[in-house]
Amino acid sequence: MANVPKDLKYTREHEWAKQEGDRVRVGITAYAQEQLGDVVFVELPKVGAKVTASKNFGVVESVKAVSDLFAPVSGEVVEINGELSQKPETVNQDTYGRGWMIVVKPSNGGEWDQLLTPQQYEEFLAQAAH
Amino acid sequence: MSDAPLKRTPLHAAHVAAGARMVPFGGWDMPVQYRGILEEHRTVRGAVGLFDVSHMGEFECEGAAALAALQSVTTNDVAALEIGQVQYSVFCYPNGTIVDDLTVYRLAPDRYMVTVNASNLDKDYAWVTDHATSARWRNVSDETGLIAVQGPKAEALVGRLADRDVTKIGYYRFARGAVAGVAALISRTGYTGEDGFELYTAAADTPRLWAALLDTGRADGVAPIGLGARDTLRLEMKYVLYGNDIDDTTNALEAGLGWVVKPAKGDFVGRDALEKIRAEGVRRRLVGIEMVDKAIARHGYPVQKDGRAVGIVTSGSYGPSVDKYIAMAYVETALASVGTELAVEIRGQAKAARVVRTPFHPSRVKKA
Repeated sequence: MANVPKDLKYTREHEWAKQEGDRVRVGITAYAQEQLGDVVFVELPKVGAKVTASKNFGVVESVKAVSDLFAPVSGEVVEINGELSQKPETVNQDTYGRGWMIVVKPSNGGEWDQLLTPQQYEEFLAQAAH
Repeated sequence: MSDAPLKRTPLHAAHVAAGARMVPFGGWDMPVQYRGILEEHRTVRGAVGLFDVSHMGEFECEGAAALAALQSVTTNDVAALEIGQVQYSVFCYPNGTIVDDLTVYRLAPDRYMVTVNASNLDKDYAWVTDHATSARWRNVSDETGLIAVQGPKAEALVGRLADRDVTKIGYYRFARGAVAGVAALISRTGYTGEDGFELYTAAADTPRLWAALLDTGRADGVAPIGLGARDTLRLEMKYVLYGNDIDDTTNALEAGLGWVVKPAKGDFVGRDALEKIRAEGVRRRLVGIEMVDKAIARHGYPVQKDGRAVGIVTSGSYGPSVDKYIAMAYVETALASVGTELAVEIRGQAKAARVVRTPFHPSRVKKA
């Protein structure tokens, strides 16, 4: 079973979200990076861009596949991980750390409560395995 | 796609036991990766890798008219083949588009073997038995296993296990021998741009040979390599892949395969069309492109010049050994020269690219 840290929330599209004060940091889960394999390209929005919950905000590509990234919450992108354009492999190496993708200033606090808890995400992964 | 169960090579159990990620490919359940595509790619460029290519098809072609039969369905000149020699070739439709690409082995004066792509096996066998009827054909695919040993240490590894001096086998030549006690046709060919061999064996012997190569090659850093790295390795060499870069809509000349189209040998299926295309000049050409903007061009993405559609991407990925995003694309002939600035439309945006010299990575095949 893939690593699912207890202090994060999750989407069904395999993004993680971490509350940091009034902001939310976003990345993809250990399960997602394992499924993708070697990440060789990450395309992120610009700082200042608006993202919408459950909508595509960027792209992560492995050697073989292109996968959309989905925003866990709506809001404004206040930070992006510029390191990923030079070192996309960071996503594989440190998924929940240096492999983060964007930081969002949420515009709708209610969306946070809609995200999956670690336990719900683990159950979701267990179902997906069958 | 059909719902038929996926076929398994003689090495299927070994792949599963090694923890490979298995995917459907051309009707087969095949390993796409073991430890990771990038690492496997670098293993082949830097040491030696083993590929299970037992899914590929092998036909034997025999009889006094075998040569004539092969000449009538292939574009290259089979008469130029000596016994022990291999030739790259193409089966064409009458309009010059491609049934499949293949290799022809001359086993004996009147006996040949043809190796074809797994995904085209049934179509190819129907094609040759319909169009090259003067020979006796036998589909030996199910009884044949095939392991490719590729990389700078391939010669040393195969040499240690072989009962003959494999350094004497030249590029696109083969010899019979035993490798790890397993009877094999040892062919100095491959699909990676590295030196190496393809070892044809009886299907039942293939797992024993695979295990011996892995065991003996440990000191060389040998590893099994999946289809993912096979694809990035061949892309860096601009080797075409049927279904991606060539198919029944692309002709052999625009695909850059003119070097194996030999109309002077006599008639063959597609000859008239290809002669006409050659005389008139191809309208588009398969070129290598490198992304200038950061983005990955993938199969089917449009190619543009100043906003105008001028071609299409056929294969593209990250090239691990060149450390660039590279692709192959058909573009209008006038835009095919090295240095031409183009764009690839990626998710609605024009991303800058340019035509570059190929292969993207220097070939290190052993040309005697």
